[in-house]
Amino acid sequence: MREVLLVAAKDLRIESRSRVLLFQVAPFAVATLVLLGFALDADRSALRHFSPGLFWVAVLLTALLAAQRSVAVEHAGRAADALLLSATSPARIFAGKALALAAQLAALELLMGVAMVVLYDARVEHFGLAVASAAAATVGIAAAGTLYGVLAAPMGVRETLLPVLLLPVFAPVLIGATRAFGDALGTAAVNGWAWFGLLGLFALVYAVFGALAYGPLLEAEA
Amino acid sequence: MSILLGRSPDRRPPEAAPAHTGSRTTRILGALTLAGLVGLGLCAFIFSPPDSRPGPEAGTRIGQFDAVRLMYVHLPAAIWTYVALGTCAMASAVYLWRRSAWWDRLAHACAEIGVVLCAVTLITGMIWGRPVWGTWWEWGDVRVVTTLVLFLVYAGYLAMRSVPAAPEARARRASILGLGGAVLIPIVNRSVEWWENRTLHQQSTLEELRIEDLTLFTLVLGILVMGLLSLWLAVHRFRVAWLEAEAESAGLEAALAERRAEAGAGAEGSSP
Amino acid sequence: MESAVWLRDAVCCRGRFPALAGVDLDVAEGEILLLRGPNGAGKTTLLRLLAGLATLDGGQGTVLGCDLRSDRRALRPQVGLLGHDLMLYEDLTVAENLRFFAALAGASEAESRAALERLEVAPRLADVSLRRLSAGQRKRVAAACLAVRRPRLWLLDEPHAGLDESGRGAVNRLVRDAAGRGATVVLASHETPAASAVATRTIQLVGGIVTRRASGSPAAVAPTEQVSDA
Repeated sequence: MREVLLVAAKDLRIESRSRVLLFQVAPFAVATLVLLGFALDADRSALRHFSPGLFWVAVLLTALLAAQRSVAVEHAGRAADALLLSATSPARIFAGKALALAAQLAALELLMGVAMVVLYDARVEHFGLAVASAAAATVGIAAAGTLYGVLAAPMGVRETLLPVLLLPVFAPVLIGATRAFGDALGTAAVNGWAWFGLLGLFALVYAVFGALAYGPLLEAEA
Repeated sequence: MSILLGRSPDRRPPEAAPAHTGSRTTRILGALTLAGLVGLGLCAFIFSPPDSRPGPEAGTRIGQFDAVRLMYVHLPAAIWTYVALGTCAMASAVYLWRRSAWWDRLAHACAEIGVVLCAVTLITGMIWGRPVWGTWWEWGDVRVVTTLVLFLVYAGYLAMRSVPAAPEARARRASILGLGGAVLIPIVNRSVEWWENRTLHQQSTLEELRIEDLTLFTLVLGILVMGLLSLWLAVHRFRVAWLEAEAESAGLEAALAERRAEAGAGAEGSSP
Repeated sequence: MESAVWLRDAVCCRGRFPALAGVDLDVAEGEILLLRGPNGAGKTTLLRLLAGLATLDGGQGTVLGCDLRSDRRALRPQVGLLGHDLMLYEDLTVAENLRFFAALAGASEAESRAALERLEVAPRLADVSLRRLSAGQRKRVAAACLAVRRPRLWLLDEPHAGLDESGRGAVNRLVRDAAGRGATVVLASHETPAASAVATRTIQLVGGIVTRRASGSPAAVAPTEQVSDA
C-alpha cells in the first residue's frame, strides 16, 4: 500500500508542477461541453434532457487526454524502465497510477459538473446517487485508461492508437453512467442504483484485470 | 541453428518450410467448402421458398419474403464470429500462460477471420433490417449493438497488431487485448440489455418463420459451410503467419552473418 | 570467485536488427569491466540485456544467478542501470526524484542525502526542478539515484559523458566503493582515460560480438594517461 501511495503521490506531484491537466485538459473539457451545447442548438429543454449523456461523453474524451498524459509521464526519459527495475510489483504500480488518474479525473468531473449545471441548466436531484455513480465510473475509467494506456504506450503511435482501443471499452461506462445520472438528475425514470451496480462491476473487473495484466505489458515495453 | 530454435521452440526446422500454405488436408477442406458454397447458393436462392404466410386480412400475405434468404448467411456468420473471436480470446489466455508463438499465431488468425465475419454479420443484418424492420440500424437491439462493439474492439486488436514491434512484445500486448475483449463483451451485453429493455431481434427466428424442411436444412447447411470456410481460411492464415515468422528468422540469420562480418572487419581495423 | 555474469552465444535483437550477434562473456563478482567499441557495436544493448530489460533472443545467459530467459523478474531489482535516458522525472525536483526512488528501494532519507553529497551535487540544487539542470548535473542526480538503491550489479552506459573533471572523479569513486563492497560493475565508455582509471579489465565489442579479450591491466589496451580522482 505504501508503494501504491508513493506512485500516486508522485504522479499528482508531477501534475502540480507541470499543470498540464489544469492548463490544457481542463479547458478542453469545458470547450467540449460548449461545443455539445452548440450541437443541440442551445435548446434549453433538450440540453437539460440530454445533459447526463453530454456530460459523460465529454468526460470520456477528457479521460483519453488524461490517460495519455499519465503514460507520457513515464515514457519521457524512460522512467518506466526505472519502475521496472525497482522491486515494486507491477500490480502496485498499476494501482498507484490508476489512483492518481482517478483523483485527477474526479477534479475534472467536478469542474465539468459545475459547467453542466451552468450551461445546460441541469439540476441534481439525488446528490448521493450522482456522487456514488460518478465515483464508480471514475475508478473504472481510470483502471481501463491506465491499462490501455500502457498497452498503446511505446509504439510511437500512441495518440492515434489509444482512442481506438479505449473508446469501445468505455461503451458500458457511458451507458451506465448516463443512465445513473439520468436518475440522479431526474431526466430519466430508471433505477439509478442498479446502474451504479453495473459501474461498480466494470470498475472491479478492470481493476483486477489491469493489476494482473500490467506486469506482462510493462515487460513487453522493455 | 541453436540460436533460432531458442527463439521459438515450437518451430520446425527450416527445411520443413513449404513454399505455400496448401496441403492435402486444406485442399480437401477447400473442395468441400466450394461444393458446400455451390449447394448453399442453390438451396438459398432457388430451392428454398420465400417467407410468406397469410396476413390477418384476407388476401394479403405477410412475412420476410425474399429477405429471409439473407438469414442463410447472416446467422452462420454471426455464429462463427463468436466462435472465432472466442477462440482468439482463449488462445490469448493460453499464450499468456504458455508463452508459445503457436498460440499467438492462432489468436491472430482467429481475430482476422472473426473481424471479417463480424463485418459480414453486421452488413447482412443491416441490409436485412431495412425491409423487415424498416430501418438500417436498430439501437434498441442488444445483439446488434453488442456485435458492433465487438467489431470495434477486435478491429482495434488488429490495428495494434499492424504496428511494427518486436514479435514477443507484440504477442504479449495482443494477448492482453484479445483477452480484454472477452472480459468486456459480457459487460457490454448486459449494459445494452438493460439500456433498452426491449429487443426487436427474433428471439426465436426458427419459430416465427414458417419453417419448412428446406428452410431449416438450408440454415443448417449455411452454418456448416460457413464453418468449413472459416476453418479453411484460419488454417491458411495460420500458415501464412508461420511462414512470415520463418522468413523473418531467415532474415535474422542473414543479418547475424552480416553483423559478424562487420565485427571481423572492425576488429582488424581497430587492432593496434 | 563466483561468476556475476555468464553469457554464451547471446543474441539480442532490436526489432529485426541483431544488435548482439553471439556474445560470450564472463564477469566475476567484484570486477569492474570496461566495454569498449565503436558506435553501434551493441554496448547499450548488452547493458540492457544484463539489466533484464532486453530479451535474450538466442544463446544462454545467467546474471547474478538468474536465468535471462526465465528469471528476469528476480534479476531486475538487484541491478542498477545508468543509461543515456536518465530514467528520472523531469518535472520533479532533485530531492523529489531521489526520495521517490529511495523510498521504492526502501532506502532512508539520510542515505539519499549522502548519495547527493558523494556526487557533489550542491545542496542548493535539491529543490530545483530537474528540467532546469544541465546535462552533467542531471547525470550526477541519476548516479545518486542509482547509488541509493545499492545494486549488486552496476551497469553504466557512458557514465562519464557530459561530466566535468570532478564529476568523473566522483563517478569513479562511486564505482570503486561499489566494487569494494562486492558489487560488480560493467561500464561502457568512450572516455577512455577516465574509464581505464577505474576498470580492472577491458573488452572490445564490435559488430555485436566480443572481438578481443584483454584481461588483466587495462593499461595494456588503453592509453596510460591517468585521471586524478580529486
